[in-house]
Amino acid sequence: MSGMLKNALGWVDDRFPLTKVWNEHLAEYYAPKNFNWMYYFGSLAILVLVNQIITGIFLTIHYKPDAKLAFDSVEYIMRDVDWGWLIRYMHSTGASAFFIVVYIHMFRGLIYGSFKKPRELVWIFGMIIYVALMAEAFMGYLLPWGQMSYWGAQVIVSLFGAIPYVGEDLAIWLRGDYVISDATLNRFFAFHVIAIPLVLVVLVFMHIVALHAVGSNNPEGIEIKKQKDEKGIPLDGIPFHPYYSVKDLVGVAVFLFVFALIIFYMPEMGGYFLEHANFIPADPLKTPDHIAPVWYFTPFYAVLRAVPDKFGGVLAMAGAIFVLFLLPWLDRGVNKSIRYRGPVFKAAIVAFVISFVALGYFGMQPVTTAGTWFSRFFTLVYFAFFLLMPFYSNMGQDKYVPERIEDK
Amino acid sequence: MKTLLGLIIVLLSSQTMAASSQHKLESATIDLGNKPSLQRGAKYFVNYCLSCHSAKQLRYSRMAKDLEIPSELVELNLMFTGEKIFDGMDISMRAKDAEKWFGVNPPDLSLIARSRGADWLYTYLKSFYVDVSRPFGVNNTLFPMVGMPHVLSDLQGLQEPVYIDVKREDGSVKQVIEKLEIVQPGKMTPREYDQAMNDLVNFMVYMGEPAQMERKAMGWKVLAFILLMIVIFYYLKKEYWKDIH
Repeated sequence: MSGMLKNALGWVDDRFPLTKVWNEHLAEYYAPKNFNWMYYFGSLAILVLVNQIITGIFLTIHYKPDAKLAFDSVEYIMRDVDWGWLIRYMHSTGASAFFIVVYIHMFRGLIYGSFKKPRELVWIFGMIIYVALMAEAFMGYLLPWGQMSYWGAQVIVSLFGAIPYVGEDLAIWLRGDYVISDATLNRFFAFHVIAIPLVLVVLVFMHIVALHAVGSNNPEGIEIKKQKDEKGIPLDGIPFHPYYSVKDLVGVAVFLFVFALIIFYMPEMGGYFLEHANFIPADPLKTPDHIAPVWYFTPFYAVLRAVPDKFGGVLAMAGAIFVLFLLPWLDRGVNKSIRYRGPVFKAAIVAFVISFVALGYFGMQPVTTAGTWFSRFFTLVYFAFFLLMPFYSNMGQDKYVPERIEDK
Repeated sequence: MKTLLGLIIVLLSSQTMAASSQHKLESATIDLGNKPSLQRGAKYFVNYCLSCHSAKQLRYSRMAKDLEIPSELVELNLMFTGEKIFDGMDISMRAKDAEKWFGVNPPDLSLIARSRGADWLYTYLKSFYVDVSRPFGVNNTLFPMVGMPHVLSDLQGLQEPVYIDVKREDGSVKQVIEKLEIVQPGKMTPREYDQAMNDLVNFMVYMGEPAQMERKAMGWKVLAFILLMIVIFYYLKKEYWKDIH
């Protein structure tokens, strides 16, 4: 480094811990050397968040949060704004991509025990991010002011009305009106572009700070900090930068390939990313035949519909999300990674994945008797996975866990 | 587990069957590279649809540019009510009047291909039949009790249904429309009409998203660039990681 640059860096370091932060979080943050492909999805989540914020800023430049203008302003972006169609598709595809990335990220934490001691708070912060993300996506989906935007919001906000005593008032307070209207659109816009993104960014920061305080888990579930050399560097750790920064570039490029493939050749994704009915302007007088939320909400929507009582359904849906927060205390297994856990736990994971995907499927379909019974069955499987975990998670996991991460 | 999977598969397949048995859709051939087809479609659209339905999201000028029709020709042959070339395709019928006349305000068609799909539109345009009980004397097999008259009947002619008897589960018999037959020919043969409707639907698909031509033309270049990045990053990673075991 040239002398002048060194002096400038020294000048900054005397006033701001630039080198210290760089070292603590990148150059001297020691990550286990055995991350597999599932570990790309943390940095990818940040990438998608940045994508949503930047494309979102450009969309707000042209979008009109007004019930009379919103739908046409989206079409104006799609047709008249230079590159507007690309920005809009990057944002709409980014929303679905965010959930795909986050679901894989969470599933990785689940199977490798990354939520277990001492990473409980990493998991809790992550879960709050997930809930904030759902609120962000839900409110954002109202903004195009299509039929699904409108009726989806109508259905979901009316759920609050099922809460005894305060429900109806609460729903009116949320909407700012007796039905979804211009008032609702305006406040959802405010929450979508300012309130929740701010919360998300702060939470992501806390998620990473907590992670870097305790260190990353890995597919073996071995604590690398237990085996250090004389300088205090974990023997199985490698500096995040440059090793994982260059490795993540590969993940980023592969992700961008799939992302671009969808944006350029299937932006509607067969009606899953952009629902067909949302190309019809919102009409408060005409209920669509079939109202389905976007795919990433459908597992919880299926849980809601599986319960015959409306308030019971709301409780079950909220419970299905809340139970995830308890995961660090429900899992009593000594070993972290699925690689060293018993067949009961492995089978439970398979049952959980099947039930989550099946609930997602049934949540998209119109109500049928068979579908409702399947939803009930899979709802039971879903809850049993979590609530029975204290009993089965310790079964048959006497497998030997190595001290060190072995070379492949 | 296997029985569970089996059950799911059975359920899934029965559901898709239920969806398709309602009405079989005929498939339209969509080719946005076929400019003559799009131009013919624009002609049909402006002449037959645009008096009652608007397409306000599409500007005449945009259509002229994308379909490679000279602006003067568009102004001369495709614009009738004194709009400017930069205007969207709007109509002068008022919503209130439309509701009085048709029972329903004809929807704006700018995005109809995106909400209904090309095959639905193609099938719909071919599914009108004579039904004297309806206000305009026609009904539609795909969209029963539709409020729209058969504005294309001078091209297609008129169709009447051919019924077959279907036994209900309780043994009684009900009549079901098996197919439609031309009883009064129009200016076009059935084949010509199919082609014309295919052109019209092709145009409506274009109209739903004019940017899609640009989008598809650009996509592969972006993908090729990213592919190159994947290769470079892969070898960069390999180089950095060669001493990690």
